[in-house]
Amino acid sequence: MIEFHLDTHSGVAPYLQIVQQVRRALRLGLLHEGDQLPTVKDVVALVAINPNTVLKAYRELEHDGLVSARPGVGTFVTKTLSDPSLAAHGPLRQDLQRWLTKARMAGLDDESIEALFRDCFRAALERGIA
Amino acid sequence: MSAVLEAHGLGKRYGRTWALSECTVSIPSGHVVGLVGPNGAGKSTLLNLAVGLLKPSAGGLEVLGGRPTDEEGQLGRVGFVAQDTPTYTALSVADHLQMGARTNPNWDRQVADARIAQLGLDPAQKSGKLSGGQRAQLALTMAVAKRPELLLLDEPVASLDPLARREFLQVLMQTVAEDEVSVVLSSHLMADLERVCDYLVVLVASRVQLAGPVDELLASHRRLIGPRRDPATMPGNQTVIESSHTDRQSTFMVQTEDPVLDPSWTVEDVGLEDLVLAYMGQAAAIARQSRPMIGLVK
Repeated sequence: MIEFHLDTHSGVAPYLQIVQQVRRALRLGLLHEGDQLPTVKDVVALVAINPNTVLKAYRELEHDGLVSARPGVGTFVTKTLSDPSLAAHGPLRQDLQRWLTKARMAGLDDESIEALFRDCFRAALERGIA
Repeated sequence: MSAVLEAHGLGKRYGRTWALSECTVSIPSGHVVGLVGPNGAGKSTLLNLAVGLLKPSAGGLEVLGGRPTDEEGQLGRVGFVAQDTPTYTALSVADHLQMGARTNPNWDRQVADARIAQLGLDPAQKSGKLSGGQRAQLALTMAVAKRPELLLLDEPVASLDPLARREFLQVLMQTVAEDEVSVVLSSHLMADLERVCDYLVVLVASRVQLAGPVDELLASHRRLIGPRRDPATMPGNQTVIESSHTDRQSTFMVQTEDPVLDPSWTVEDVGLEDLVLAYMGQAAAIARQSRPMIGLVK
């Protein structure tokens, strides 16, 4: 079972925060197929949020095929998000770290590195679309 | 969707002063409604009229489809927690519950006892000796145990510390989840309202400035930041709610149902607090413009 928390200063809609927290738990393997999500009553009693917010989050997760609601019983995880590409993360991370070192040695500051990365990322996306 | 509270041209006068005038508002059922507005907007007056503690001086008001009266039938359908959550200081917690049971036909003793136990209140304790948070919880228990269809709360958490406030809202939300009761809650604490409300009514000087489901309100407002621009040149599908300018830059809050495509703008989402402040500011600006007119009439 996982617990939700709410950051009212994040600017992210409360229902979306719940959706993201479930997705993160699925991705990190904290939730598995068959696990039950906290009931709406439990969540509102703990987090002090509107029950409709929780229902909306659960509906969205259900729509994404990640959970399914069994009326009168609860909401259960039906799919895992742990990623088969996880194994590739290590080498990719090393490449990126090497690249970062190179960028620093060339005199780029944090902001320039971020801007450059975002720019390349967007350019690659646009190439993908075109 | 049916309305739990419907007012038409509603007014309440004390002597020569109108605490509420020409208020027209419709609040749908099945929501937790946040009622916000500056002090003196008429929020408390509206809630007191709705529960039948005050009689209207003008206009009409329907609550759950009936006129607010002191008749038992109508009273039992509406739970009320007044500002500063008053209780009878000389009476014990148990006395309060007994009184509730005697005066309310639908009183749910099980709910009342369970809540008092859950809160860890000593039934023999005089309510004058309770902490502010405990007193608020007792007042909420009294309002909930009569099994109302509508719960009206007038700034119930204003005087509570953050922990007591959170606990109060936890119990309130639990009640909503279990009983499917409609709630109208007035408050200045936007962070609390953002958690618990799914419908918002902004009241300024007796007028409804903004009303709707919170999700829809947030989705239909954007902040636009870009080079200086005259508000009159904005496209017709964008209603300017608030604008500020420097010599080079303009910042607008606009209401629009369509995506903003103009690439000269940086487009940002708007938080609930900013949204409420913008509408309150707009109403204040209009009031300032019309003030000389009032002077002329005099």
